[in-house]
Amino acid sequence: MTFINYASREINCKIVYYGPGLCGKTTNLQFIYDSTAAQAKGKLISLATEADRTLFFDFMPLELGTVRGFKTRFHLYTVPGQVFYEASRKLILKGVDGVVFVADSQEERMDANIESLYNLEENLRTYGYELMKLPYVLQLNKRDLPNVIPTDELTTELQRKGEPVIEAVASTGAGVFDTLKAVAKQVLTELRKA
Amino acid sequence: MPNTPMVILESRFHHIKALLARLRLDSSARLVVLVDKDGQQIAVHGELGDLDTTSLASLAAGNVAATGGMAKLIGENEFPTLSHEGEKESIHICVIGRVLLLVVFDDRSSLGLVKLRSKQLSHELAKVFAEIEKESAAARANSSLPFNGITDEEIDSLFSPA
Repeated sequence: MTFINYASREINCKIVYYGPGLCGKTTNLQFIYDSTAAQAKGKLISLATEADRTLFFDFMPLELGTVRGFKTRFHLYTVPGQVFYEASRKLILKGVDGVVFVADSQEERMDANIESLYNLEENLRTYGYELMKLPYVLQLNKRDLPNVIPTDELTTELQRKGEPVIEAVASTGAGVFDTLKAVAKQVLTELRKA
Repeated sequence: MPNTPMVILESRFHHIKALLARLRLDSSARLVVLVDKDGQQIAVHGELGDLDTTSLASLAAGNVAATGGMAKLIGENEFPTLSHEGEKESIHICVIGRVLLLVVFDDRSSLGLVKLRSKQLSHELAKVFAEIEKESAAARANSSLPFNGITDEEIDSLFSPA
């Protein structure tokens, strides 16, 4: 839920990175964190297991700049991708303003992508949100790996509503900021209509 | 769409800050933070030091969401208060509708006092947030939100290199 504070002249929005386990959600956030100037970001919080798998969520606040005298701040979250963290994954979606679905482009992860996307739609519905009405971007990650499905096939399978589809290699940062920009623009455009 | 912006006008914000200041004084607390259930910090008052209150707000919301999930599993709607006691510093969280009142305190206070004062203030805060709901709805209805009619160029300006 967007939060507008007239006293501090700030607008805060929440963006959630969703997707199957090991698709690169945390890697997206880590790259954004590493590449952003200190004054534009807060701490990167990772609630992870000892094996570095996301247990609850990763979080980082990111300030984009000022428009119409209001600072625009995005709170970026990831969900735990592993199937058995369903209960906590659902909690992170509460109050979401925009979603990035990070798909793993590898052939053997196709089923996991489809299951996760279905799970996203279902979990959004429990809060009364519709994916079709929400700012949304599809990121096709791990494009550098040898066993990836061609982009057009992945798009046909995973694109839900003509949303922007962005190829990425989150580990090197390729496509990471394009993804963030695409979803942030949609969130701000929604505020135009609010 | 249930996901509608919450608007806090300047006068409301100062009223909230005054309420937090009162609670901090009455409960001899170190710090009082008001957080939206989605993890956004609304207002803070007290000894901040170098404490990262943005992270604190997000983790508090996660904490309440997780314990709320546990509550539902055992047939409760939610746990209205949560307390975490440390060796020197402690935290008490009180759930008030869609916001969380978080009090950080040390041995200058006690959990009992913090609980009592938080509960007393929660009624007042509930009224304030009922007003904020109305004001947010009115701002949306009047199309008076700050980004109303924002142009593509204004949005793009955020993403162009400085």
